[in-house]
Amino acid sequence: MTHTISFQPLGDSALFIRFGDEISPSIHENIQQFIQKFQVTQPEWLVEIVPAYTSICVHFDLLKVASCTYYGQSITEFLEQYIQEIHQNIGKSNSTDGRLIEVPVVYGGAFGPDLSYVAQYNGMTEEEVIRLHTSSECLVHMLGFSPGFAFMGGMNPTIGTPRKEIPRLAIPAGSVGIAGEQTGVYPVETPGGWQIIGRTPQPFFMPNQLPPTYLQAGDRIRFVAISEEEFSTWGAKS
Amino acid sequence: MTIEVLKPGLQTTVQDKGRYGLQQYGVIVSGAMDTISYQIGNLLLQQEDYASLEMTLLGPTLKFHCDTTIAITGGSMAPLLNGVPCPMWRAVMVKCGDVLKFSSAQKGVRSYLAVKGGIQVEHVLNSKSTYLKARIGGHHGRALKSGDRLPISEWSTTAPSTTIDVTNFKLFENDVTIRVLKGTEYESFTEKSLSLFEEATYTISKDADRMGYRLESDAILHLQQPTNMLSEAVTIGTVQVPPSGQPIILMADRQTTGGYPKIAQVASVDLSKLAQLPPYAKIRFKLISLDEAQQLWIKQQKHLNLLALLLN
Repeated sequence: MTHTISFQPLGDSALFIRFGDEISPSIHENIQQFIQKFQVTQPEWLVEIVPAYTSICVHFDLLKVASCTYYGQSITEFLEQYIQEIHQNIGKSNSTDGRLIEVPVVYGGAFGPDLSYVAQYNGMTEEEVIRLHTSSECLVHMLGFSPGFAFMGGMNPTIGTPRKEIPRLAIPAGSVGIAGEQTGVYPVETPGGWQIIGRTPQPFFMPNQLPPTYLQAGDRIRFVAISEEEFSTWGAKS
Repeated sequence: MTIEVLKPGLQTTVQDKGRYGLQQYGVIVSGAMDTISYQIGNLLLQQEDYASLEMTLLGPTLKFHCDTTIAITGGSMAPLLNGVPCPMWRAVMVKCGDVLKFSSAQKGVRSYLAVKGGIQVEHVLNSKSTYLKARIGGHHGRALKSGDRLPISEWSTTAPSTTIDVTNFKLFENDVTIRVLKGTEYESFTEKSLSLFEEATYTISKDADRMGYRLESDAILHLQQPTNMLSEAVTIGTVQVPPSGQPIILMADRQTTGGYPKIAQVASVDLSKLAQLPPYAKIRFKLISLDEAQQLWIKQQKHLNLLALLLN
């Protein structure tokens, strides 16, 4: 199904295209299809696009857009018209499923200091939390906040846990967390309020390659429990 | 052929126009905070947007190990070249062995040092800008330290000696009104909050850095009802309101996405002026229309393009 879009300016040099207001795989699919079509057109005024759960933000070069408008047409009118035309063509191609990627995680202990809290909050054992976290396939909806931080949907909601009241000042790179019904991995050490249940040895931010991130929007993720020994030798074997 | 850092100053980093095209991967933009001063520095040296030094509040002491041409722009840190006042806003030739000393900021908070040929650090992900948090770009991904040596090229050609008058850009104002547009969640705030937002005099807190400016005032902003927003794109100049009710203006090192309601958006034309404000400075917001903001910015850019033509 193709969702209707609406527009909203983000200041004078960016424009939101909104596809809806809830996290859903079909909105995600529309956004991905739109981006594919948009990237083919490569308008010279485009600076970059930033997709999120339900929106795409289009950053544009104001001076270049202004030179594309005709008499009496505002910059916003020009952009909206351009974008509507692309939108009308989505849904006419079959998009491919994203890659399926396994992310190895050591759960609990020093690597997952909040695992016991998550278990207690949901009235289950730590083993059940691990089983449920590794049993569902998650979808990367967007990357944002810090380099390579993947916002995922599709985690089993029964292990959902609210964020911490007071965020930690430093969360180690590779930490796997839960916030509400979302799960994600911290690619670089930053402050953060997610409940940390484990850690992956897989680097998620690789500044020396393009794209510089291990995961991309549209990837499907399965978490796999590994031991601390496997964690320490993980880099060596691959 | 290097610039040697004798004293690093408070926070001196290599910056260019910024790291564009990778926000979809969560990679932040960075880049010069005051883009007008940064661009004029390069214009004076008749070159593209090359990597320059951005100095904050207290400038460095630098020694040149080859002949070259420089241009100092932005806020004034009373630069001395071999102990003699060094002119700003124009190209200046320096000799091998010359020492350039900056003091604390007298006007504005950020000075820029453009060097002919640019500071020659490696490109990392499309840019030479330092991104402190991810420790990439610039000189080893960090602010400069004593003893660092920054690679530059030797240039001994004469440079045009025009001094640029930047009063038109109004970068250093005493009474600072920042023009803003309605933010994406503007309508979600209470009517009282919206009028407070425009009436209040805000103080920039001491926690104002390249990432963002926290603002303080008696006016606490409230939403009509609590919302649980999904994270989505933010940009430079986004004014977001966390649960404390005190706004934060996002600046060059902002994160790529955010989940707080966005009450306003600083008009691009006023971003450089904002970047030159020190902690404890007072500002007021004035709402303008989207069309006005776009026309003001286009006018400012055309003015810069005209400067480029005059200097060539």
